[in-house]
Amino acid sequence: MSKIVQGRGRGHDGPAALNRRDLLKLGAAGAALAALPAAAPEARAQAVKTGAHIVIAGAGAAGLSVASRLADRLDGAKITIIDARKAHYYQPGFTLVAAGLKPQDYVTSTTAEYMPQGIEWVEERVAEFDPEGNSVTTESGRSIPYDFLVVTTGMVLDYAAIEGMETDRIGQDGLGSVYHSPQAAAATWQAMSRFADEGGRGLFLRPATEMKCAGAPLKYTFITDDTLRKRGNRGKAELIYAAHNKTLFSVPIVDEKVRMLYLDRGVNTIHDRVMTGIDLGRKVGIFSTPDGGTEEIGYDFVNVIPPMRAPDPVRYSPLAWQTGVWARDGWMEVDKATLRHARYDNVFGVGDIAGVPKGKTAASVKWQVPVAVDHLVATIAGTTSDSAYDGYTSCPLITQLGRAMLVEFDYQNNLKPSFPGVIAPLEELWITWVMKTMALKPTYLSMLRGRA
Amino acid sequence: MKDLDFATLLSVFQEMMGPLLWLLVLLAVAGIAAFLFVLVREGGLKGGRLVRSELIGVAGGFMALVIMAWVTVSGFTDAGGPVDWLLIGIIWGIGVVGTTILAYAVMGLVAMMRGSKRIA
Repeated sequence: MSKIVQGRGRGHDGPAALNRRDLLKLGAAGAALAALPAAAPEARAQAVKTGAHIVIAGAGAAGLSVASRLADRLDGAKITIIDARKAHYYQPGFTLVAAGLKPQDYVTSTTAEYMPQGIEWVEERVAEFDPEGNSVTTESGRSIPYDFLVVTTGMVLDYAAIEGMETDRIGQDGLGSVYHSPQAAAATWQAMSRFADEGGRGLFLRPATEMKCAGAPLKYTFITDDTLRKRGNRGKAELIYAAHNKTLFSVPIVDEKVRMLYLDRGVNTIHDRVMTGIDLGRKVGIFSTPDGGTEEIGYDFVNVIPPMRAPDPVRYSPLAWQTGVWARDGWMEVDKATLRHARYDNVFGVGDIAGVPKGKTAASVKWQVPVAVDHLVATIAGTTSDSAYDGYTSCPLITQLGRAMLVEFDYQNNLKPSFPGVIAPLEELWITWVMKTMALKPTYLSMLRGRA
Repeated sequence: MKDLDFATLLSVFQEMMGPLLWLLVLLAVAGIAAFLFVLVREGGLKGGRLVRSELIGVAGGFMALVIMAWVTVSGFTDAGGPVDWLLIGIIWGIGVVGTTILAYAVMGLVAMMRGSKRIA
């Protein structure tokens, strides 16, 4: 099934009821202006005329952003986007839902709302990539040839890799998992809130694979700590963070800062522990240890974060890394500066699927998309582009309810502060919290529409 | 960080506020226009009214802070560094100036209408 989308949907064009969201403009407009990361001024060059067929595999944050920009930059191209999912999730908001601060519908909208005009949307999943034959095959067996392919499939959460895990029990018996879905984020809040009343042991962790927003597991530990404190129950609880290696964060200066904050908040960190299983009845997490053994850690509340991998159609295709650290989980072998595939010149990989050293975040998407699009359009125009992605990503790392650290860095582990001298990168600030709660979602939505 | 771009900011604010953005812009423009109109018609500032407007303006400043705390689900005890206090000052200042101008304009217009009724 496919359809040509006739117009941009606007999810918020309804009557302007004066609710909390709307009211933010009254006092906050000036503040958010000061605090907003923004894209480069777009050089609105004349659209490039072409008859090329471009296929975009995946209509998440990266796919929609690429589609919007290509629709602006090309004249006459046939652009096909392939994705079966009708719902769109604003994933950076999951943490706020799981903190009990935002309702579930804060993070849910529809793919159709952001689909640019004139794009063909095939509402199926890609089952197979054939970069040698320049075509993709959908689940229904339909073969779609292309001149250029942009892979934006995102990743899969491999809950099956955690023995004993049952996602339909999230929210019960102290089991939380923020990443799973908006529903699970809300259910995790219910479980965490009960824990914050009753106390006991809170268990936090991260997988040993690449993951989206590596700050999220840390944030949720801080949020749980602060929720306990606000209810006067911190003394009744023990918090354990099980790190998958010897660090808390891959950027050394951030790692050290988080280490100090965990010390300050009384979060006990254990290292080199990777969750391999969970006993939901006994409320015990099972972790691998460096000596090859396993260790059981009991919990009253746990935030399970599963391994993350490339979806099978990419993982088992020629597009994946064939050797090296990203081969095991099937991330796409792209040039880390241009996002162009290392072996197929007419293929790009953008967003979570890209096998690059840093960042699987919406901020990464925001900075990757213009670069990949520049190179694709230049190829079509018969020119070259010197656009390069330096690995920039950002994470407003919540350290308590009402404060966050604005952590921005690149491939080289350099801090890349957007507001040097104004917003200190490793300081716990309210202004960063204001950005997280007010400015990030509108920026994200603008990005989907190709305007930020 | 790349350069800020007006079109990007406008797009972000539209996403943030929807149609309310334009209502607010309209309110600000209308408020300033009314203030200037009153100023010109009366040939200067009326001291007593200005003081009353400023008192209302101070309350407006605090109202802006309360609204901000509400929409960000946080409070001012969360301020953690100088930039936070600067932001709080800016929000308060916008509330004060905006409310003062609006209050002065409204009081001026009301006074004019009463005056014209008396003449009639």
